[in-house]
Amino acid sequence: MGRDVSFVLNGLETHIRIEDHWTLLHLLREELGLLGTKEGCGSGECGACTVLVDGMAVNACLYLAAEIDGRTVLTIEGMEAPDGTLHPLQRAFVKHGGIQCGFCSPGMILSAKALLDERPDADEEAIKAAIAGNICRCTGYVQIIESIRSVTRKAEEKVKVMAWQADEET
Amino acid sequence: MSGGSRCTPMTLPQAIEEVDMRRFTYMIPKSLDEAISMHVAHGERAKYIAGGTDILIKIKERKAAPDYLISLKHILGPDRPLFSQETGELYIGAFVTHRRIETSKTVRTRYPILHDAVKNIGSVQIRNVATIGGNLVNAVPSADGAIPLIALDAEIRIHGPKGRRSMDLLHFFLGPGQCDLETGEILTEILIPPVLPRTGSAYLKFGRRQAMELPLLGVGVVLSLEEDFKTCCRARIALGVAAPTPMRAIQAEAFLNGKPVDEKTLEEAGKIAAEESRVRDSIRGVAWYRREMVGVLVKRMGRKALQRIHETHGRR
Repeated sequence: MGRDVSFVLNGLETHIRIEDHWTLLHLLREELGLLGTKEGCGSGECGACTVLVDGMAVNACLYLAAEIDGRTVLTIEGMEAPDGTLHPLQRAFVKHGGIQCGFCSPGMILSAKALLDERPDADEEAIKAAIAGNICRCTGYVQIIESIRSVTRKAEEKVKVMAWQADEET
Repeated sequence: MSGGSRCTPMTLPQAIEEVDMRRFTYMIPKSLDEAISMHVAHGERAKYIAGGTDILIKIKERKAAPDYLISLKHILGPDRPLFSQETGELYIGAFVTHRRIETSKTVRTRYPILHDAVKNIGSVQIRNVATIGGNLVNAVPSADGAIPLIALDAEIRIHGPKGRRSMDLLHFFLGPGQCDLETGEILTEILIPPVLPRTGSAYLKFGRRQAMELPLLGVGVVLSLEEDFKTCCRARIALGVAAPTPMRAIQAEAFLNGKPVDEKTLEEAGKIAAEESRVRDSIRGVAWYRREMVGVLVKRMGRKALQRIHETHGRR
């Protein structure tokens, strides 16, 4: 038996029929083909599946698809502008070597976005706390923290990641 | 708008079937009564779910196999802790997330022991969805949420098929993974009674790692002082992972009562608490070390509670 849900996915109204036992991760990867969100442990330990629901970082592997009805979901695919311009956080990860194998990167970047939306001037302590639930097996934590810090310093640049969405509203 | 194609439902060639989640029906009641009658209708085949971060893992690991999951997330109620100026009580709905408690200014300033504890539970991702009630009903010996609440003399309210009841949180825990909830009952509210004047509190989750880790030990201390800012008029010492259930070090509390709080008395209180603890060997640490650390950490948290009393009152 299915259930219809409506939600905003990366800025787009999305309507889809889901199964009650599907996780948000299953819906994104297996049904919608958005493969940017990764599955690591499947039990909320590694953070590779981190996406934002109503602006809050959650583990998509422990979030039921049935619960996204009426909500807003942002995945790594929604970070870049429609013309393909990378978001400042993504550019920072490229520039500062925050990406090694890349498996943790989508989750890291979304955890960082949730933090910076709330605290654009976040210090190193706050950054570490925000990514404590994101594991990097390459152990490139120093570069990852540096990547995020480099964006915080440009606080005046308006870190609001969905810049392209704001443009549409004006 | 461009990019629309990215969101079109599609079938992947050889889509990998998710092997780990078992099929269930998800029910979304809007009131407690509706939730309870759903549970009564389905009995043992039903389980309640709030944040879901524990039950979904249990289902994936085949440790639970409910046919019906009854969500408690959509039951109306305040979504953050509420402090009553009139009564001096703090009210926390059981379906409030850890993140809401962590970011509550009231909690940070008036109940620092609770802030200390919730900010290190799981990760931001977990705290954004996991609820304080869920933390309590799982009744693990290490429940970081339970220790500070016990130290604050929290009372809980329970709704069930037979009506409502209240009890103190300490006696809610019956054993590892076991709490005093009957089939169909829901933990709905947590109530913290007024805190005495000149009270300070602190909690430490002790382990190798702060985030995404269960503690080796959890130690919470609440101290209240007389007007002389020296003599203890009430002490609460709550310990996690020191027994099969969260416990209070009653004898250590009684020892401090009426005595000046200083390095010497805190040291002694720590020793008494260590003797009272029923620590044991586990994968995270051996019993003798845990016992030693109960002494060290009770003293350390007592010191911190004292320091916080002086800070709030602008002394030192």
